[in-house]
Amino acid sequence: MAWSFDAHLPVSVQLTERIRMDILGGKYPPGTQFPTVRFLAYEASVNPNTMQKALVALEDEGILIPRGTTGRFVTEDLSLLAKKQAELKNAYMRRALTGAKALGISTHEFISFIESEEQ
Amino acid sequence: MNTPVLMCDKLCKSYTAGLPVLNNFSLSLTRGKIVGLLGPNGCGKSTLLKLIAGILVADSGEIKICGHPRSEQTNALISYLPERPYFQPSMRVVELLDYFSDFYADFDRERATRMLTDLGIPQDVRMKTLSKGTKEKVQLVLVMSRRASLYLLDEPIGGVDPAARDYILQTIIGNYDPQATVMITTHLITDIEPVLDDFLFMGHSGQILLAGNADEVRAQHGKSLNELFREVFRC
Repeated sequence: MAWSFDAHLPVSVQLTERIRMDILGGKYPPGTQFPTVRFLAYEASVNPNTMQKALVALEDEGILIPRGTTGRFVTEDLSLLAKKQAELKNAYMRRALTGAKALGISTHEFISFIESEEQ
Repeated sequence: MNTPVLMCDKLCKSYTAGLPVLNNFSLSLTRGKIVGLLGPNGCGKSTLLKLIAGILVADSGEIKICGHPRSEQTNALISYLPERPYFQPSMRVVELLDYFSDFYADFDRERATRMLTDLGIPQDVRMKTLSKGTKEKVQLVLVMSRRASLYLLDEPIGGVDPAARDYILQTIIGNYDPQATVMITTHLITDIEPVLDDFLFMGHSGQILLAGNADEVRAQHGKSLNELFREVFRC
């Protein structure tokens, strides 16, 4: 099944975001070998060169480590992964909070909603 | 290695004197690209592909395939999907496989068989008993099962259902070869957009109005190729 994309953002940027989320969400544990560009491009139904670009961006962030001809691996730098994870979580919560504020939801209302949802 | 797969230099072609379909059309394509040739009806896309494939002869100008002037020999490097199926209606699918195996040294029969199975097309049926869309699928399977340097696909997804469309696009991606280039014409820009490296917007008489990397366009213009097409070619 092809992945779906927003029409206004570059596909490579959206691929980077999605794969970063997959890695930080635990789909690919630290130190594991990453699937090939060809496989991922096929799975996402995107151009292989676009997928390549997306993975290089994750290499630049240090999340993926290139190892010559053996391919790419998820970094084993746990503190880096934790930092990236915290960034992603904060960004996500901030987005939810901004949306809540725009609707006039008070902090108290928001907190009690979260607590009630958890029960 | 760095020789362009395709080089067109100042191509001119007209069907009626004084009404050029292509006027001084020049283009160079490097290896390892999936290129979308996009433009309104009648702008000369199919004519261009026919000239490259050798179905038509240009009035003037030059075409080079992998550095060699276009000839019967360079046809071996090109896998061309015409707009319409050209097979004898009485031929069976398996006979077409025989035909392609005989005719093209680079034909991968195993691959073709696998694709036909994936698409649920039996091999013992005659072409004339198949629907229009299924005929197109058969033809595309044959064309994509060659190991060519240049694939010319004229509307490969226009006539088939959305599920087959996904399969065909995945086939093009799965078939990706850094040494080969695929040139695709289509009106279904949204479907094909994520698959492309580069795009060309072709206006009347084969004028190239806009060209570039399909993904960078989104970064530059904040809109998809499909939206940009509608803007550039607004009627």
